[in-house]
Amino acid sequence: MGKTILTVDDSASIRQMVSFTLKEAGYEVVEAVDGKDGVAKATAGKVDMVITDLNMPNMDGLELIRNLRANASTKFVPIVMLTTESQDSKKQEGKAAGATGWIVKPFKPDQLLGVVKKVLG
Amino acid sequence: MQDERLNQMRQTFFEEAGELLSELESVLLEMEDRPDDPELVGRAFRALHTIKGSAAMFGCEDVSRFTHRFEEVFDLVRNNEIPVTRELIDLSLLSRDQIRALVDAAQANAQPDEERSAHLLQELEKLVPSKAEGAEAVNQPRTKEEAGEEEETTTYRIRFRPNEDIFASGTNPLLILSELEELGRYSAVAHTDRIPPLEEIDPERCYVEWDIAVTTNQGKNAIQDAFIFVEMNADLKVEEVNADFDPESGYDPTRIGDILLARGDIRQEDINEVLKEKKRLGEELVSRGSVSQSRIQSALEEQKHLRESRKQKEDTEAVSSIRVAASKLDQLVNLIGELVIVQARISQTAADRDDLEFITMAEELERLTAELRDNSLGIRMVPIGSTFSRFRRLVRDLSSELGKKVLLTTEGAETELDKTMIDRLNDPMVHMIRNAIDHGVEMPDERAAAGKPEEGTVHLSAVHSGANVLITIRDDGKGLDPSVIRRKAVERGLISAEDPMNDQEVLNLVFAPGFSTAEKVTNLSGRGVGMDVVKRGIEALRGSVHIRSQKGKGTEVTIELPLTLAIIEGLQVGVGEDTYVMPLSIVEECIELSPEDIERAHGRHVIPVRGEILPYIRLREWFQIPGRPEGLENIVITHASDRRVGLVVDRVIGEHQTVIKTLGNLYKGIKGLSGATIQGNGNVALILDVPALVTSVEAEELRLTAG
Repeated sequence: MGKTILTVDDSASIRQMVSFTLKEAGYEVVEAVDGKDGVAKATAGKVDMVITDLNMPNMDGLELIRNLRANASTKFVPIVMLTTESQDSKKQEGKAAGATGWIVKPFKPDQLLGVVKKVLG
Repeated sequence: MQDERLNQMRQTFFEEAGELLSELESVLLEMEDRPDDPELVGRAFRALHTIKGSAAMFGCEDVSRFTHRFEEVFDLVRNNEIPVTRELIDLSLLSRDQIRALVDAAQANAQPDEERSAHLLQELEKLVPSKAEGAEAVNQPRTKEEAGEEEETTTYRIRFRPNEDIFASGTNPLLILSELEELGRYSAVAHTDRIPPLEEIDPERCYVEWDIAVTTNQGKNAIQDAFIFVEMNADLKVEEVNADFDPESGYDPTRIGDILLARGDIRQEDINEVLKEKKRLGEELVSRGSVSQSRIQSALEEQKHLRESRKQKEDTEAVSSIRVAASKLDQLVNLIGELVIVQARISQTAADRDDLEFITMAEELERLTAELRDNSLGIRMVPIGSTFSRFRRLVRDLSSELGKKVLLTTEGAETELDKTMIDRLNDPMVHMIRNAIDHGVEMPDERAAAGKPEEGTVHLSAVHSGANVLITIRDDGKGLDPSVIRRKAVERGLISAEDPMNDQEVLNLVFAPGFSTAEKVTNLSGRGVGMDVVKRGIEALRGSVHIRSQKGKGTEVTIELPLTLAIIEGLQVGVGEDTYVMPLSIVEECIELSPEDIERAHGRHVIPVRGEILPYIRLREWFQIPGRPEGLENIVITHASDRRVGLVVDRVIGEHQTVIKTLGNLYKGIKGLSGATIQGNGNVALILDVPALVTSVEAEELRLTAG
């Protein structure tokens, strides 16, 4: 245990929900409010996984993924994006940018943990 | 607590929605001045998007639904398909107000104005040029519960060849394999043919591919689910394999050639050619270069897997079980009890008659009855494992509540015990596990300071020992401090400060009634919460409890229980006209009580046995049986509650299969008797509850000396 997950979302309520669920399951959680903040936090310390929203001000999720994939230290970190059902094209774009997987909003805590387990082990 | 937490999160959502709606309002107003600014449209879209997403997460479906349609319109605006007009902004402001109203309604748990929502949406739709409904299937990775369980197991053959650049998407293919491994029986072979020579290897690329066989009851969906994120980055083939031998066509799907063929690794011609030569197919195919060694290896692995699945399937069909109501089993055991009694009478009559043929028949009957008894009692036996696993949750909840780290390990989960016994064992065990975690295991920092691993261990084990089962609950916590217990016991008036007692005797005080009832003891001394209740519970099951502890090292409580409650091996003894039975398991030996011994003890009820002073109880006196014993009396030496006590009887009759009958309500209160049984001659014999008998004799003695 003790793995650190970065949750990037401009919505405080989603961040809180993700963060609470993950902490309950024993993960360490770092929160970032947008893509820019996310890149800074992901590259500043050791992050084992990133969960990011796609639509965010300053830097969106796709940009964040591309940035992290271009960085040596985060090149292979699993990145899961949060999408809404109407965005199947976004899923493709996200995969192309280097996302590992996705979670469709709305999701239940169990689903979140299931995906985390899937990509983080 | 969960609900509270959810409420709190909802609260955050409501606040956030408020902020976003204010943002939306000011953006819309700014748009009026600068309709061509794409940044403003982007901001409006994002605000809507976030509200939609969060609303759905926190159960405000109507908010989410309305905002979703609203957002779709703005998506079109963003893509320049709809111009920013006065009309759009007016409508958007109204819609924004409607979201506000919906959120408020959700917050107040009130009924939202659905009509207005519908009306506004209709107006919004009018702005959309051609309907671009893009409702796509939800493609959510499913969790186990949703996947649904299917009883039937199926074997799947999977060929998984990740693209070389799969690592670049942050995917670890091994995690997928381990997910498959959790689905059922699993075997995998990695093909390493594609790995280039060392100097050409790029460590950031994946060169390996896998052949996997999984036998699972969770269906093909569960398999595809494991690969859901990599479908685009891998070559994947999932096929159902039927392992059943088809007797009609003689087709055996587990033949190596058929497996290779089904996988598309070789062609039928290759097989035919090789078969002509009558050599081992695999070897020959490799030497001909028709197929690589690793493909054969993998096919062999699948062959093994399939054959095992088939065998397992056949096995499960063979050991099929039926479910029977527990009450029917109780009834069966009752009937067997009656049968045993009748059989005992027949045996006795046979012995009296001196008729050889009759005796032979009686012996035959005795053998069959014993077998029948053992069999039917065996039916009631269930493994204790299910109880153990229930405690996992307890340990988890309790340790997180107390902020401790505790690991539960178990051993002997397959040990079988009478069902009733297991049911009634639950409470005492819960009690003791609570004690172990609450008072035994220390806080992580304390443990670290004492040089122990931060995580404490509670170990449960069950093992058969003769006609008994030993259940042990052991922790590696701080143990019991005899000096503290002694002090408590003195405070509570259980012992006097001068009482000479060794440490073990002091430890046993935790079982004394009244040792700990107040909560403050919990905080002060550690162990001992309601242990007297535990002890009574176990003794009611004809078992016993022992405690061992070492200060700083931990505590171990052992429960010793008979295998079954209904029928015991008993020792029959006689006093005057009456017959008594005691469980043979507590009897150590029988000796004679000579008149000299009585004389030497000067009126006290003690006798030296092998250098030890043994106290005894005269059953004749205790049960007030009139008359005097004829000839020499006997002492039956028993061990009860960690002590040896002698019971003085007129005669020892012998071993006896004892079917336990409960005493009627009238006799329930009698101390020292646990039941009755019917003897071969039809007479009733009372069953002694030796520990209880000893306790009440002691109490009586104390009362007399005090008075």
